[in-house]
Amino acid sequence: MRDVASILPLSVDAVSFLGSGRALIEDLSFTVPAGGLTVLLGPNGAGKSLTLRLCHGLLTPSEGRIGWAAGAHGRAKRHAMVFQKPIMLRRSVEANITHALAAAGVAGHERRERAHAALARFGLTDRATQAARLLSGGEQQRLAIARAWSLRPELLFLDEPTSQLDPAATRQIEELLAGLVAEGITILMSTHDLGQARRLADRVLFMHRGRLFEDAGAGAFFAGPATPEARAFIAGELIW
Amino acid sequence: MDFAAIFSAAFALIVGLDPTFLTIVGLSLRVTLTAVLVAALIGLPLGAALALARFPGRSVVIVCLNALMGLPPVVAGLFVFLMLSRSGPLGSLGLLFSPAAMIVAQIILVLPIVIALTRQTVEDLWGEYRDHLRSVGLEGVRAIPTLLFDGRFALATVLLAGFGRASAEVGAVLIVGGNIAGYTRTMTTAITLETSKGDLPLALGLGLVLIVLTLAINAIAFGASRIGARYAG
Amino acid sequence: MSPTRRLLIASGFTAALTALALAQTTTAPPAGTRFITVSSTTSTQDSGLFGHILPLFKAKTGIEVRVVSQGTGQALDTGRRGDADVVFVHAKAQEETFVADGFGLERRPVMYNDFVLIGPKSDPAGIAGTKDIAAALVKIAEKGTAFVSRGDKSGTHAAELSLWKMAGVDLAARKAAWYREIGQGMGAALNTAGGMGAYVLADRGTWISFKNRGDLTIVVEGDRRLFNQYGVIAVNPARHPHVKTDDGQAFVSWLVGPEGQKAIADYKIEGQQLFFPNATQAGA
Repeated sequence: MRDVASILPLSVDAVSFLGSGRALIEDLSFTVPAGGLTVLLGPNGAGKSLTLRLCHGLLTPSEGRIGWAAGAHGRAKRHAMVFQKPIMLRRSVEANITHALAAAGVAGHERRERAHAALARFGLTDRATQAARLLSGGEQQRLAIARAWSLRPELLFLDEPTSQLDPAATRQIEELLAGLVAEGITILMSTHDLGQARRLADRVLFMHRGRLFEDAGAGAFFAGPATPEARAFIAGELIW
Repeated sequence: MDFAAIFSAAFALIVGLDPTFLTIVGLSLRVTLTAVLVAALIGLPLGAALALARFPGRSVVIVCLNALMGLPPVVAGLFVFLMLSRSGPLGSLGLLFSPAAMIVAQIILVLPIVIALTRQTVEDLWGEYRDHLRSVGLEGVRAIPTLLFDGRFALATVLLAGFGRASAEVGAVLIVGGNIAGYTRTMTTAITLETSKGDLPLALGLGLVLIVLTLAINAIAFGASRIGARYAG
Repeated sequence: MSPTRRLLIASGFTAALTALALAQTTTAPPAGTRFITVSSTTSTQDSGLFGHILPLFKAKTGIEVRVVSQGTGQALDTGRRGDADVVFVHAKAQEETFVADGFGLERRPVMYNDFVLIGPKSDPAGIAGTKDIAAALVKIAEKGTAFVSRGDKSGTHAAELSLWKMAGVDLAARKAAWYREIGQGMGAALNTAGGMGAYVLADRGTWISFKNRGDLTIVVEGDRRLFNQYGVIAVNPARHPHVKTDDGQAFVSWLVGPEGQKAIADYKIEGQQLFFPNATQAGA
């Protein structure tokens, strides 16, 4: 897979998105180069989730464009997404993965091999034949990540992946994400959890009211945010 | 003839596997199963497509389908009769007074149920799955197999509802089948005839089979939803 | 497609096909069966006559006869539309019109039975034992005791109406709660009369084979005016080219020939003959 030209960097260029007559995302521009974990940080309603959906292609920008370095179109689009509430098909754990692989056009025998690898990689092998929807919340999110991972994405989008999980499960997911970055997968994830951003981010994109306020390295951002909105958010004040 | 005697004569027909009795039950099952199978092959994909498609007049189509679910069987029967009569537009097929005509009538009765309930089931499921399926590249027609498969337990009850409606109705099959002995005589038309002849044991025996069938359908539907719950969580 | 999914779909299909195949083997006649469709009356059907004579005809000719039983009016309409090859009914005037209008080839008399007036054993109109059907009907009308009419334009219905006319009872003028048209077949009319304790005109064949008699009994019989003639007509291929004229005519010829006539005479329920063949009787 690495012999194919990389789809990164992802470039978001002057993107706006209108919903019910008003701009939910306004004039958004940033790029995501290969490597590292970038956090989209901001309060609820900042437009983080919309931004991820626009990047992943689930939504089409009203203005501006989303661009990739190389052909990211076609069936295997080499970027995958994990949602806030894991979407589990009414099938076994293993079948949830093979289904996604089939959708990506992977041949039958290879599907099983890759599914087994994914289950092993994320510690779900002994759950393979169970109904996916009966897993615990943490296990479901782990399966969602395993399913996305099995598609061998270069870039993985995660939308508040731990917001519905307890601390133990959250820590487990965070460790997994760190492992994925170490593996060379680029991650763009949203969170409104400051602690999580501190723990995971290499780079922070701070959003508020549909606009990008700051784009900085994590160290610089947390040491001295440039905008009053980011300062207030870090200080734990309610901004809206 | 007293009640107990009627009951025991009816049981004797069932337990003794009376040939006339078996022919009638067999024909009923053949006609209804075929109708439900055809309605499923047409209605499941169509209902799913309707769930995903957006076009002008869609809500009109949905309202019409919901209304057709309550279509009186005799009206469906009359319609098929007028179509298939030798003096009607499709008369040259020579299908009136045949099992094929009864199957057509029952398809007309079952199809709106299958399409309308499939549409509902698939639309609910699509609401839940949309983000993930679109994320892995399954949209429109390509999403339909996944949605039908994952809705399998709900859809099984849909088909059972269709089977129940078709197997219990008498008006349509009587009009288009003609209740010909050994050829188009089903359980319901036979019950009508035998009751009018005063042959209550045969009528009651067939009635008992229909009741057992209805019970079985509901048991299967219940089982399907239980198994479904195990997978649906 | 995952193996479990494939398995589920495959087993679903197999189950459906097995069910179909099972039903098929138990019911379906072999493909290419030679058959004709006969539209006939509920009284012939309900009496069980066809169950007796049709297997004999099939054994002789290999032709299966599929009988759709309706009221005489409806049965003739079925022939008019071309949905039957032969009509076998009992309303001579209507049959002759059918032939005169070009829908049928030739009307052949086949057999007769007679009508009987059925009523509750308690006989509220006080007419039991009389042989005069006209007088009996007048009494029913005068006393206003319940009377069930087929009301379905069948041969029996037509016969009943002409009997009222003969008795001088103007139903249109006197029609009231006691005269009940049910619009159903002979058996249903008997069931209804039994349930309501009403009088009803029935053909003897249906009455003899009717099993749910309850409190009903014959009150009037034997009047010559209760005579009920059956006729058979092959549908005219000039009107409907698809009708199976040869096989239809074969059935007509068999019915009015010696074998058919004997088969009809041989049909008995509890030792009683139901129909009397009279194909050779002039003017029948």
